[in-house]
Amino acid sequence: MRWHKIYGLSLRHIYLIRSSFPRILDLIYWPSVQVFLWGFISQFFTLNSNYYNNTVGVILTAAILYDFLFRSSISYNMMFLEEIWSRNFTNLFIAPIRISEIIAALTMTSIVKTLIGLIPAVLLAIPIFGVSIFKLGVPLIFLLIGLYLFGISLGLFVTSGLLRFGPSFENIAWASLFFLAPLGCIYYPIEILPGWLQVIAKGLPLVHIFEEMRNILINQTVNTVEIVLSLAISGVYFILGVITFYTAYYGAKIKGTLINIGE
Amino acid sequence: MDIRVENICKKFNDVSAVKNINFIAKKNKTLGILGPNGCGKTTTIGMMLGLITPTSGQIFIENKDIKKIDENEILCQMNFASPYIELPKKLTVRQNLEVYGRLYGVDNLSNRIIEISEELNLNAFLHKKTGELSSGQKNRISLAKSLINKPKILFLDEPTASLDPDIGDFVRNYIENYKSKNEITILLASHNMKEVERLCDSVIMMKEGQIVDRGTCDDIIQRHGRDNLEETFLKIARSKNEVA
Repeated sequence: MRWHKIYGLSLRHIYLIRSSFPRILDLIYWPSVQVFLWGFISQFFTLNSNYYNNTVGVILTAAILYDFLFRSSISYNMMFLEEIWSRNFTNLFIAPIRISEIIAALTMTSIVKTLIGLIPAVLLAIPIFGVSIFKLGVPLIFLLIGLYLFGISLGLFVTSGLLRFGPSFENIAWASLFFLAPLGCIYYPIEILPGWLQVIAKGLPLVHIFEEMRNILINQTVNTVEIVLSLAISGVYFILGVITFYTAYYGAKIKGTLINIGE
Repeated sequence: MDIRVENICKKFNDVSAVKNINFIAKKNKTLGILGPNGCGKTTTIGMMLGLITPTSGQIFIENKDIKKIDENEILCQMNFASPYIELPKKLTVRQNLEVYGRLYGVDNLSNRIIEISEELNLNAFLHKKTGELSSGQKNRISLAKSLINKPKILFLDEPTASLDPDIGDFVRNYIENYKSKNEITILLASHNMKEVERLCDSVIMMKEGQIVDRGTCDDIIQRHGRDNLEETFLKIARSKNEVA
């Protein structure tokens, strides 16, 4: 991979973010709204639920982590959609840049976009609700890596669909995470799900990440196996995502969609 | 750089968009690709740019089969401008040129941007957002982007479509001058026959995915007994297929 090409493509998105205050505001606004909404719900449950009795912020921490996943995936999809909306797609694909470099540039830029939105929300939660995700300690880093890898994997699946089927696939971009959220056991333990759904849910890294988050906050213990498992599953999804993207790219070349994809 | 296209076919499902075509775009010459809408011009250009995989046939650049060499090596030497594709609208002209300059690995990029901006009179709006510009200005920016890497092969799709006569003439003059000063092979798809007569050393006429005539503009006009290329185009477009 050539870093100057990755930087060149990343620059296109950094310029875009920098050029528009409403864009930056939009990045910050939704995570902050989430923090307020789930912060108040979290406070209510803390006062009225035995399960959450001594664990202030379990729900809010889950909400913040889920938002991190959501933003990383949506950022990835949005950057790809930007190329379609701006009718820049052909220019990009005739430039001497490899697919791996496009994936790397989008992956790196989406972390920047995600953090722009999330850092203010995380910092807001500390004084307003007395909740800090940093209470998760060192495992937080690994949980975030797992979430990020999975978020990017979903982004890769969705952008593969956009490559293959064109902009009509756009709605799937928005729906993809909402579809998986119930199975992710973000706000509730996996035991709530029916047995057969538990089997499916365990195939997602989300269950392991959010179960471990609850384990750390409620039981004050760290289950390394769960963390490693979540990273491994996320890694598998990421590899599948990359393979799917390459397959879609070569499929699009056969189908001829790269030359006329656009609004 | 020479481009040699040999027995290229492209089928989309059961529809043949390009049927077994052969041609050579000679080094430092301009080849016009003409034909009515839907005749396969864009598909042919798309295959040469690597955006579309041919169903069969081969494309050689400098006698190298493009399937057998690193695609990026070739793409560095090429570029493309078309009014039907755009640059990111929210970026300034300079930012767009910088991004593409980096993607093409241009040396001394700042100097190259200054140079091309002066040549194409872009300085007045270099720091304006691309989406805020007129179609004539966007067209010149698209041309600037397509020349940022000093390509050895340039694909131009309708380079003066929707431009007023003054700017259209400026663009044609610029292309002529650029070609005289640089080693560049140009493949030009256009519906403006006067432009083709002025810029092209030779042309291929396509119809329903096939090449139905080829040669210099004068040869083709003479062969069909018409006064100009526009009339010749109309005759060919309205006649039954005769493969050249």
